[in-house]
Amino acid sequence: MSTAGLVSRRDCSHQLHVLAVDDSVVDRKFVERLLKISSCKVTAVESGIRALQFLGLDGEKKETAGFDGLKVNLIMTDYSMPGMNGFELLKKIKESSTLKEIPVVIMSSENILTRVDRCLEEGAEEFIVKPVKLSDVKRLKNILTKGDKGQNEEDPLLSLPLSSHDLASSSTSSSSPFKFLDHRSKRPRLQG
Amino acid sequence: MEVVQMQRRFAEYTASLFREGFLDAQFTQLQQLQDETNPDFVEEVVSLFFEDSEKLVNNLAKTLDQQNFDYKKVDALVHQLKGSSASIGAQRVKNVCVAFRQFCEDQNVEACLGCLQQVKQECFLVKNKLETLFRMEQQIVAAGGSIPVMEYN
Repeated sequence: MSTAGLVSRRDCSHQLHVLAVDDSVVDRKFVERLLKISSCKVTAVESGIRALQFLGLDGEKKETAGFDGLKVNLIMTDYSMPGMNGFELLKKIKESSTLKEIPVVIMSSENILTRVDRCLEEGAEEFIVKPVKLSDVKRLKNILTKGDKGQNEEDPLLSLPLSSHDLASSSTSSSSPFKFLDHRSKRPRLQG
Repeated sequence: MEVVQMQRRFAEYTASLFREGFLDAQFTQLQQLQDETNPDFVEEVVSLFFEDSEKLVNNLAKTLDQQNFDYKKVDALVHQLKGSSASIGAQRVKNVCVAFRQFCEDQNVEACLGCLQQVKQECFLVKNKLETLFRMEQQIVAAGGSIPVMEYN
Protein backbone atom coordinates (compact mmCIF):
# COMPACT_ATOMS: atom_id res chain seq x y z
CA MET A 1 0.00 0.00 0.00
CA SER A 2 1.30 3.47 -0.84
CA THR A 3 1.67 6.20 1.75
CA ALA A 4 -1.05 8.15 -0.02
CA GLY A 5 -3.35 5.22 0.57
CA LEU A 6 -2.55 5.22 4.28
CA VAL A 7 -3.25 8.92 4.61
CA SER A 8 -6.62 8.70 2.92
CA ARG A 9 -7.57 5.77 5.12
CA ARG A 10 -6.85 7.82 8.21
CA ASP A 11 -8.93 10.70 6.84
CA CYS A 12 -11.72 8.29 6.10
CA SER A 13 -11.73 6.87 9.58
CA HIS A 14 -14.42 9.32 10.62
CA GLN A 15 -16.47 8.72 7.54
CA LEU A 16 -18.99 5.92 7.74
CA HIS A 17 -18.20 3.14 5.34
CA VAL A 18 -21.27 1.41 4.01
CA LEU A 19 -21.30 -1.80 2.02
CA ALA A 20 -24.33 -1.82 -0.28
CA VAL A 21 -25.41 -5.13 -1.78
CA ASP A 22 -27.95 -5.24 -4.61
CA ASP A 23 -28.21 -7.21 -7.84
CA SER A 24 -29.96 -4.31 -9.58
CA VAL A 25 -27.53 -1.94 -11.25
CA VAL A 26 -30.10 0.86 -11.08
CA ASP A 27 -30.64 0.40 -7.35
CA ARG A 28 -26.91 0.18 -6.68
CA LYS A 29 -26.34 3.49 -8.37
CA PHE A 30 -29.26 5.07 -6.56
CA VAL A 31 -28.31 3.86 -3.08
CA GLU A 32 -24.68 4.74 -3.72
CA ARG A 33 -25.70 8.30 -4.48
CA LEU A 34 -27.95 8.52 -1.43
CA LEU A 35 -25.05 7.42 0.72
CA LYS A 36 -22.45 9.65 -0.90
CA ILE A 37 -24.67 12.69 -0.64
CA SER A 38 -24.92 11.82 3.04
CA SER A 39 -21.12 11.87 3.27
CA CYS A 40 -20.64 8.15 3.56
CA LYS A 41 -17.95 6.13 1.91
CA VAL A 42 -19.61 3.46 -0.23
CA THR A 43 -18.67 0.11 -1.62
CA ALA A 44 -21.42 -1.30 -3.83
CA VAL A 45 -21.42 -4.96 -4.82
CA GLU A 46 -23.84 -7.03 -6.85
CA SER A 47 -24.21 -10.17 -4.79
CA GLY A 48 -24.00 -11.78 -1.38
CA ILE A 49 -20.95 -13.76 -2.48
CA ARG A 50 -19.14 -10.59 -3.51
CA ALA A 51 -20.13 -8.99 -0.23
CA LEU A 52 -18.64 -11.88 1.75
CA GLN A 53 -15.49 -11.73 -0.35
CA PHE A 54 -15.16 -8.04 0.36
CA LEU A 55 -15.69 -8.63 4.07
CA GLY A 56 -12.95 -11.24 4.02
CA LEU A 57 -15.29 -14.11 4.81
CA ASP A 58 -14.62 -16.19 1.76
CA GLY A 59 -12.20 -18.39 3.62
CA GLU A 60 -9.37 -17.49 1.26
CA LYS A 61 -7.92 -14.50 3.03
CA LYS A 62 -7.38 -13.66 6.65
CA GLU A 63 -7.90 -10.15 7.96
CA THR A 64 -4.69 -8.18 7.56
CA ALA A 65 -3.61 -4.82 8.90
CA GLY A 66 -4.39 -3.44 5.46
CA PHE A 67 -7.95 -4.64 5.74
CA ASP A 68 -8.49 -2.37 8.75
CA GLY A 69 -8.84 0.66 6.52
CA LEU A 70 -11.68 -0.98 4.69
CA LYS A 71 -13.71 -1.53 7.83
CA VAL A 72 -17.39 -1.52 7.18
CA ASN A 73 -19.70 0.31 9.58
CA LEU A 74 -22.99 -0.72 8.00
CA ILE A 75 -24.22 -3.25 5.49
CA MET A 76 -27.31 -2.45 3.45
CA THR A 77 -28.52 -5.39 1.46
CA ASP A 78 -31.37 -6.05 -0.90
CA TYR A 79 -33.52 -9.00 0.11
CA SER A 80 -34.34 -10.55 -3.27
CA MET A 81 -31.16 -11.47 -5.05
CA PRO A 82 -30.37 -14.51 -7.17
CA GLY A 83 -28.10 -17.05 -5.54
CA MET A 84 -27.59 -15.91 -1.96
CA ASN A 85 -30.46 -13.66 -0.92
CA GLY A 86 -30.28 -10.88 1.67
CA PHE A 87 -31.55 -13.07 4.46
CA GLU A 88 -28.90 -15.71 3.78
CA LEU A 89 -26.23 -13.03 3.69
CA LEU A 90 -27.53 -11.66 6.98
CA LYS A 91 -27.27 -15.11 8.55
CA LYS A 92 -23.72 -15.61 7.35
CA ILE A 93 -22.70 -12.26 8.78
CA LYS A 94 -24.34 -12.88 12.15
CA GLU A 95 -22.76 -16.32 12.34
CA SER A 96 -19.29 -14.85 11.90
CA SER A 97 -17.40 -13.94 15.03
CA THR A 98 -15.52 -11.24 13.16
CA LEU A 99 -18.48 -9.67 11.41
CA LYS A 100 -21.53 -10.17 13.60
CA GLU A 101 -21.23 -6.75 15.23
CA ILE A 102 -21.67 -4.96 11.92
CA PRO A 103 -25.24 -3.69 11.68
CA VAL A 104 -27.15 -5.05 8.72
CA VAL A 105 -30.14 -3.35 7.15
CA ILE A 106 -32.40 -5.21 4.75
CA MET A 107 -34.01 -3.39 1.80
CA SER A 108 -36.97 -4.84 -0.03
CA SER A 109 -39.64 -3.65 -2.42
CA GLU A 110 -42.04 -6.06 -0.74
CA ASN A 111 -43.33 -5.22 2.72
CA ILE A 112 -44.21 -8.75 3.80
CA LEU A 113 -44.66 -9.05 7.54
CA THR A 114 -43.26 -12.57 7.84
CA ARG A 115 -40.23 -11.48 5.86
CA VAL A 116 -39.73 -8.45 8.07
CA ASP A 117 -40.03 -10.55 11.22
CA ARG A 118 -37.62 -13.19 9.97
CA CYS A 119 -35.00 -10.61 9.16
CA LEU A 120 -35.33 -8.75 12.43
CA GLU A 121 -35.23 -11.97 14.41
CA GLU A 122 -32.08 -12.99 12.59
CA GLY A 123 -30.47 -9.76 13.74
CA ALA A 124 -31.17 -7.16 11.07
CA GLU A 125 -31.29 -3.69 12.54
CA GLU A 126 -33.98 -2.47 10.21
CA PHE A 127 -36.11 -3.47 7.30
CA ILE A 128 -36.47 -0.65 4.79
CA VAL A 129 -39.11 -0.72 2.09
CA LYS A 130 -37.79 0.36 -1.30
CA PRO A 131 -37.33 2.78 -2.81
CA VAL A 132 -34.97 3.88 -0.08
CA LYS A 133 -35.33 7.53 0.87
CA LEU A 134 -32.73 10.10 1.76
CA SER A 135 -34.44 10.36 5.15
CA ASP A 136 -33.83 6.63 5.73
CA VAL A 137 -30.12 7.11 5.14
CA LYS A 138 -29.99 10.20 7.32
CA ARG A 139 -31.72 8.36 10.13
CA LEU A 140 -29.35 5.39 9.90
CA LYS A 141 -26.39 7.70 9.83
CA ASN A 142 -27.55 9.57 12.92
CA ILE A 143 -27.96 6.36 14.83
CA LEU A 144 -24.53 5.08 13.79
CA THR A 145 -22.67 8.27 14.60
CA LYS A 146 -24.35 8.59 17.97
CA GLY A 147 -22.88 5.21 18.82
CA ASP A 148 -19.38 6.45 17.93
CA LYS A 149 -19.56 9.50 20.16
CA GLY A 150 -20.63 7.57 23.23
CA GLN A 151 -17.76 5.12 23.00
CA ASN A 152 -15.89 6.22 26.09
CA GLU A 153 -18.80 7.55 28.08
CA GLU A 154 -22.01 6.05 29.34
CA ASP A 155 -23.79 3.57 27.16
CA PRO A 156 -25.23 5.58 24.27
CA LEU A 157 -27.79 2.89 23.58
CA LEU A 158 -29.81 3.94 26.56
CA SER A 159 -30.34 7.36 25.07
CA LEU A 160 -31.15 6.17 21.55
CA PRO A 161 -34.72 6.98 20.63
CA LEU A 162 -36.79 4.41 18.82
CA SER A 163 -37.47 5.85 15.38
CA SER A 164 -41.03 5.70 14.14
CA HIS A 165 -39.80 3.59 11.27
CA ASP A 166 -38.18 1.12 13.63
CA LEU A 167 -38.98 -2.50 13.17
CA ALA A 168 -42.05 -1.98 10.97
CA SER A 169 -44.99 -3.68 12.58
CA SER A 170 -42.97 -6.48 14.05
CA SER A 171 -44.04 -7.80 17.40
CA THR A 172 -40.46 -7.63 18.60
CA SER A 173 -40.45 -3.85 18.31
CA SER A 174 -41.82 -3.06 21.72
CA SER A 175 -39.34 -5.21 23.61
CA SER A 176 -36.04 -4.55 21.89
CA PRO A 177 -34.21 -1.27 21.68
CA PHE A 178 -32.31 -0.52 18.53
CA LYS A 179 -29.50 -3.01 18.93
CA PHE A 180 -26.78 -1.24 17.03
CA LEU A 181 -23.32 -1.46 18.52
CA ASP A 182 -20.10 0.01 17.29
CA HIS A 183 -18.23 -3.12 16.28
CA ARG A 184 -14.89 -1.45 16.76
CA SER A 185 -15.41 -1.25 20.49
CA LYS A 186 -16.26 -4.94 20.55
CA ARG A 187 -18.86 -4.64 23.26
CA PRO A 188 -21.10 -7.66 23.67
CA ARG A 189 -24.50 -7.62 21.98
CA LEU A 190 -27.31 -6.81 24.34
CA GLN A 191 -29.98 -9.41 24.62
CA GLY A 192 -33.24 -7.70 23.63
CA MET B 1 -36.05 31.14 -27.85
CA GLU B 2 -35.38 33.05 -24.65
CA VAL B 3 -34.21 31.25 -21.55
CA VAL B 4 -37.38 32.20 -19.66
CA GLN B 5 -39.51 30.70 -22.40
CA MET B 6 -37.42 27.55 -22.40
CA GLN B 7 -37.74 27.26 -18.64
CA ARG B 8 -41.50 27.67 -18.86
CA ARG B 9 -41.75 25.01 -21.56
CA PHE B 10 -39.59 22.73 -19.44
CA ALA B 11 -41.76 23.24 -16.36
CA GLU B 12 -44.93 22.61 -18.34
CA TYR B 13 -43.51 19.51 -19.96
CA THR B 14 -42.34 18.13 -16.63
CA ALA B 15 -45.74 18.82 -15.09
CA SER B 16 -47.46 16.97 -17.93
CA LEU B 17 -45.25 13.91 -17.42
CA PHE B 18 -46.31 13.75 -13.80
CA ARG B 19 -49.94 14.47 -14.62
CA GLU B 20 -50.08 11.74 -17.24
CA GLY B 21 -48.52 9.27 -14.82
CA PHE B 22 -45.29 8.68 -16.73
CA LEU B 23 -43.31 9.82 -13.73
CA ASP B 24 -43.96 9.78 -10.02
CA ALA B 25 -42.40 11.26 -6.87
CA GLN B 26 -39.42 8.94 -7.06
CA PHE B 27 -38.23 10.82 -10.15
CA THR B 28 -38.30 14.04 -8.13
CA GLN B 29 -36.18 12.27 -5.51
CA LEU B 30 -33.63 11.48 -8.23
CA GLN B 31 -33.58 15.11 -9.33
CA GLN B 32 -32.93 16.18 -5.76
CA LEU B 33 -29.87 13.96 -5.68
CA GLN B 34 -28.35 15.79 -8.64
CA ASP B 35 -26.06 18.73 -8.00
CA GLU B 36 -22.96 20.47 -9.34
CA THR B 37 -20.76 17.60 -8.15
CA ASN B 38 -23.01 15.11 -9.96
CA PRO B 39 -24.69 17.09 -12.73
CA ASP B 40 -25.57 14.08 -14.87
CA PHE B 41 -26.85 11.82 -12.16
CA VAL B 42 -30.45 11.59 -13.37
CA GLU B 43 -29.44 10.92 -16.95
CA GLU B 44 -26.98 8.26 -15.82
CA VAL B 45 -29.49 6.38 -13.70
CA VAL B 46 -32.15 6.65 -16.38
CA SER B 47 -29.66 5.39 -18.94
CA LEU B 48 -28.85 2.40 -16.76
CA PHE B 49 -32.54 1.71 -16.42
CA PHE B 50 -33.09 1.61 -20.17
CA GLU B 51 -30.12 -0.69 -20.73
CA ASP B 52 -31.37 -2.93 -17.95
CA SER B 53 -35.00 -2.90 -19.07
CA GLU B 54 -34.05 -3.74 -22.64
CA LYS B 55 -32.24 -6.84 -21.43
CA LEU B 56 -35.13 -7.82 -19.19
CA VAL B 57 -37.74 -7.31 -21.92
CA ASN B 58 -35.68 -9.36 -24.38
CA ASN B 59 -35.30 -12.09 -21.81
CA LEU B 60 -39.04 -12.02 -21.15
CA ALA B 61 -39.82 -12.28 -24.85
CA LYS B 62 -37.50 -15.26 -25.21
CA THR B 63 -38.92 -16.99 -22.16
CA LEU B 64 -42.55 -16.47 -23.14
CA ASP B 65 -41.77 -17.77 -26.60
CA GLN B 66 -40.85 -21.19 -25.28
CA GLN B 67 -43.29 -24.09 -25.36
CA ASN B 68 -43.35 -24.88 -21.67
CA PHE B 69 -41.94 -21.86 -19.98
CA ASP B 70 -41.66 -21.49 -16.22
CA TYR B 71 -43.98 -18.83 -14.82
CA LYS B 72 -41.62 -18.42 -11.88
CA LYS B 73 -38.89 -17.35 -14.25
CA VAL B 74 -41.19 -14.84 -15.93
CA ASP B 75 -42.29 -13.54 -12.54
CA ALA B 76 -38.69 -13.13 -11.40
CA LEU B 77 -37.86 -11.07 -14.48
CA VAL B 78 -40.96 -8.91 -14.11
CA HIS B 79 -40.12 -8.42 -10.43
CA GLN B 80 -36.73 -7.05 -11.44
CA LEU B 81 -38.26 -4.73 -13.99
CA LYS B 82 -40.84 -3.57 -11.50
CA GLY B 83 -38.11 -2.82 -8.98
CA SER B 84 -35.92 -0.80 -11.26
CA SER B 85 -38.81 1.12 -12.82
CA ALA B 86 -39.98 2.00 -9.32
CA SER B 87 -36.47 3.18 -8.48
CA ILE B 88 -36.46 5.76 -11.23
CA GLY B 89 -40.10 6.75 -10.88
CA ALA B 90 -41.27 5.27 -14.19
CA GLN B 91 -44.77 4.82 -12.84
CA ARG B 92 -46.59 3.49 -15.89
CA VAL B 93 -43.94 0.85 -16.51
CA LYS B 94 -44.14 -0.15 -12.88
CA ASN B 95 -47.93 -0.41 -13.00
CA VAL B 96 -47.84 -2.73 -15.99
CA CYS B 97 -45.37 -4.89 -14.08
CA VAL B 98 -47.77 -5.14 -11.16
CA ALA B 99 -50.51 -6.45 -13.47
CA PHE B 100 -47.99 -8.66 -15.23
CA ARG B 101 -47.02 -10.38 -11.98
CA GLN B 102 -50.66 -11.02 -11.20
CA PHE B 103 -51.12 -12.71 -14.58
CA CYS B 104 -48.07 -14.85 -13.88
CA GLU B 105 -49.67 -15.95 -10.65
CA ASP B 106 -52.88 -16.70 -12.54
CA GLN B 107 -50.78 -18.51 -15.17
CA ASN B 108 -52.65 -16.64 -17.88
CA VAL B 109 -50.37 -16.83 -20.91
CA GLU B 110 -52.45 -14.57 -23.17
CA ALA B 111 -52.58 -11.85 -20.58
CA CYS B 112 -48.84 -12.22 -19.97
CA LEU B 113 -48.12 -11.77 -23.65
CA GLY B 114 -50.38 -8.73 -23.61
CA CYS B 115 -48.44 -7.29 -20.69
CA LEU B 116 -45.17 -7.90 -22.46
CA GLN B 117 -46.35 -5.74 -25.34
CA GLN B 118 -47.64 -3.12 -22.96
CA VAL B 119 -44.43 -2.98 -20.99
CA LYS B 120 -42.41 -2.60 -24.21
CA GLN B 121 -44.69 0.24 -25.23
CA GLU B 122 -44.48 2.00 -21.87
CA CYS B 123 -40.69 1.72 -21.77
CA PHE B 124 -40.55 3.16 -25.28
CA LEU B 125 -42.85 6.04 -24.37
CA VAL B 126 -41.12 7.04 -21.15
CA LYS B 127 -37.74 6.78 -22.84
CA ASN B 128 -38.81 9.27 -25.50
CA LYS B 129 -40.37 11.56 -22.94
CA LEU B 130 -37.24 11.60 -20.82
CA GLU B 131 -34.97 12.13 -23.82
CA THR B 132 -37.07 15.16 -24.70
CA LEU B 133 -36.83 16.37 -21.13
CA PHE B 134 -33.05 16.00 -21.02
CA ARG B 135 -32.72 17.80 -24.36
CA MET B 136 -34.75 20.70 -23.00
CA GLU B 137 -32.48 20.81 -19.96
CA GLN B 138 -29.39 20.88 -22.12
CA GLN B 139 -30.81 23.76 -24.16
CA ILE B 140 -31.50 25.78 -21.03
CA VAL B 141 -28.01 25.16 -19.66
CA ALA B 142 -26.42 25.95 -23.03
CA ALA B 143 -28.31 29.24 -23.08
CA GLY B 144 -26.89 30.06 -19.66
CA GLY B 145 -30.06 29.40 -17.69
CA SER B 146 -30.70 27.19 -14.69
CA ILE B 147 -33.06 24.26 -14.52
CA PRO B 148 -36.23 25.21 -12.64
CA VAL B 149 -36.69 23.14 -9.48
CA MET B 150 -39.96 21.30 -9.61
CA GLU B 151 -41.98 21.00 -6.44
CA TYR B 152 -44.29 18.04 -6.20
CA ASN B 153 -45.61 16.45 -3.05
